[in-house]
Amino acid sequence: MSDTTTNTAEKLTTSDGKPLKASLAKALRRQKMRALLLIAPLLLFVLISFAAPIVDMLFRSVQNEIVPETLPRTVTVLESWDESSGEIPSDVVFSALRDDLVIAAERKRHTRLGSRLNYEMTGMSSLFRKTGRRVDDFGEIFTEQFENLNEAWVEPATWVSLMASEDWVAAQSKWAAAGDDAVPQPAFVLSEAAKQALPRTADIYSGFADVIRTEDGDSPTQEEPWNPVYAALYDDLIENPDAASSYSGAMAELLLTAAEAVPSFEALTAREEFIDADEDWGSLAVWQTLDRYSGRYTDGYYLAALDAQRTADGIEMVPEGQRIYLLLFMRTLILSVVITCSCLLLGYPVAFLLSHLPLRSANLLMILVLLPFWTSLLVRTSAWKVLLQQQGVINDMLVFIGLVSDDGRLALINNATGTVIAMTHILLPFMILPLYSVMKTISPTYVRAAKSLGATDWTAFWRIYFRSLCRGSARVLFWSSSCRSATTSRPNLSAVPPVSSSRTGSPTTSRVP
Amino acid sequence: MMLAGFEPATYGEIYLNERPINNVPPHKRGIGMVFQNYALFPHMSVAENLAFPLQLRNIGKAEQEEKVKRALDMVQLGDFGSRRPAQLSGGQQQRVAVARALVFDPELVLMDEPLGALDKQLREQMQYEIKHIHDNLGVTFVYVTHDQTEALTMSDRVAVFNDGIVQQLSEPSALYENPQNSFVAQFIGENNKLSGTVTEVRGDECAVKLDDGTMIVADKVNVDKVGDRTTISLRPERVEIVPTDDHANTITGTIEELIYLGDHIRVRMNVCGNNEFVVKVRNRGERWDLHQGKQQAIGFTAADCKALDPVA
Repeated sequence: MSDTTTNTAEKLTTSDGKPLKASLAKALRRQKMRALLLIAPLLLFVLISFAAPIVDMLFRSVQNEIVPETLPRTVTVLESWDESSGEIPSDVVFSALRDDLVIAAERKRHTRLGSRLNYEMTGMSSLFRKTGRRVDDFGEIFTEQFENLNEAWVEPATWVSLMASEDWVAAQSKWAAAGDDAVPQPAFVLSEAAKQALPRTADIYSGFADVIRTEDGDSPTQEEPWNPVYAALYDDLIENPDAASSYSGAMAELLLTAAEAVPSFEALTAREEFIDADEDWGSLAVWQTLDRYSGRYTDGYYLAALDAQRTADGIEMVPEGQRIYLLLFMRTLILSVVITCSCLLLGYPVAFLLSHLPLRSANLLMILVLLPFWTSLLVRTSAWKVLLQQQGVINDMLVFIGLVSDDGRLALINNATGTVIAMTHILLPFMILPLYSVMKTISPTYVRAAKSLGATDWTAFWRIYFRSLCRGSARVLFWSSSCRSATTSRPNLSAVPPVSSSRTGSPTTSRVP
Repeated sequence: MMLAGFEPATYGEIYLNERPINNVPPHKRGIGMVFQNYALFPHMSVAENLAFPLQLRNIGKAEQEEKVKRALDMVQLGDFGSRRPAQLSGGQQQRVAVARALVFDPELVLMDEPLGALDKQLREQMQYEIKHIHDNLGVTFVYVTHDQTEALTMSDRVAVFNDGIVQQLSEPSALYENPQNSFVAQFIGENNKLSGTVTEVRGDECAVKLDDGTMIVADKVNVDKVGDRTTISLRPERVEIVPTDDHANTITGTIEELIYLGDHIRVRMNVCGNNEFVVKVRNRGERWDLHQGKQQAIGFTAADCKALDPVA
């Protein structure tokens, strides 16, 4: 029987000869497309204004690129340092940090980095700010000695012929001759010889050339290099005594004499200079923090939100006195539960009445329930202030009827009590309306039927009415308590005073991106 | 509603098996009730719905299951125990409701317009099913309905209520054949009304002078003495268009309208000033010469004319 029907169904065709099944599917698809098209603007709006920012926020919550991007050299050499060694990193790391920091300071990026690291360790911001101001003096001692050796060392032209590739020099002079500001300067290119013989000097010099070109709009051919460049040259020549002889480019003579002279130079290591600038650089904790947050991604923000942090021994809770978030979460949760309960307690009878009264009186009651929506939230909150404060209406009344003494006026505001009172009032309609919508669907005959089957009032309520209510109410409770948590975090006058500011000295918001 | 205990009685006593139940709360009355909209609990499966009254009576698990199964089999829904009410059709839901009202062996089953929400065909089918269940169980069913045909079909005894007063309590046939007053006569079945005054009383019969002067002999039901106003009730199918000697009454009227209905022809006539007078002529294949405007003689027996209380 069923076979024959399917067979005939397959044979059925529309007037234009297409199979009925296919053209039905096509029609349905078209309908679906049209429905989709109708909601497309809303969908797009939600995607752009809601989903995308959330994704962006989630991404930012683990993003930590600012550290490896600002301090690329330091992060690379810091990898070989063991943070549990108990010793601060070697001179190599400090030299790398000097090179990174001078470029960052010239580009004015070091303060942002300082602020970022300050989330993890107080004092980082001022450390970077202070060092950033002085880092261009690092290596000054070498500059002077090179200058004493030969005046040519402070000539920009010397450095250009030492470092730059011939192609770049040609391009640069062509650009300079044209004198057209609209045409961008050619990007600096190192010569192969310099790269081979003096890798660190070449690296920092090319950084210098880039900064001069992009930040100041000047040409490296006109500018004397920064002091750290001289320090890097000193390092290169000391590290590799054969560097000068292996160098085959221009100014080889000058380099050779320098290489002979450097062993007798008065030296100051990068580490000494950093610690001289700020002794915090000698602190192990600073370096541990820097090392821990040197990755491109971090779980630091999430840990911070749970009052935890990363230490040498793994994840640990922050010291007792600095824990704020768990307490706040707990408080929010407890308040949310209390307010949900009080809303339920107050809202249930109203919703029940609404759904059982005759239409006329129910409508009137409904208007009363909706009345608060006609007033702005701000006005309602201010009204609560007038009512609840110590010299407010409610306390005055209580004193007047003698329930409390004049000195014993109740603290009803700026504490949990105030929050519960005001929030219950604000959120009550959000409890009543969904409850009402569910109750309206529960026919009174269910309870009657239960009673006729032998259920007592309580059993009928509990097993029939309440269960039916629960079926529709799970979403109600979820909705109103998420409303509640969201509103609790809104700092209004009834909210709990922030514990954080007094205890930790840093505003709570500063730790969350 | 009062019987089930959902509304208090303002006056009088309700007895169930000679036990007054006025002050017994609904859940202790032990009356199985079937509601118009079934009132099956949507959050329970069919079997759970049926087990609910049994659980409340602390009946053992095994016995519960057995009773539920028996009740479901009785309404031919043995395989539907695990379904939710929303997954059943209207007729199936109605059967579950009946099964639930019967599963705990109540003394009395109260059905409050149980078939009101079903379509005509299903309603008729369910009428027979409920009747069969009733015949098999022998429990008293109180069946509330506004549908007169349903009342006649289903009942052993029918009580016709008007304004809270029982107008007549009797078997369906007696209700139709011998209505005790005009309300019952009008309420049950179709009915021609002729009003007049009693002029003579002879035992069970009486002579009535209709308002246009025509004299009629009628069955005396609800009138006492000469001079009383009365309304004569006459069933359309008891009127013949060919008067015979049996007919104590023969009148002539004008045909106003003919409606052909297959098995019979409805003839609306103007008889004694009443132009809503309906005669049902059985279609026996004879060629009646009936047409609009024709003067037609009609006849009926005195026993079919019920002289009842006057209708204002």
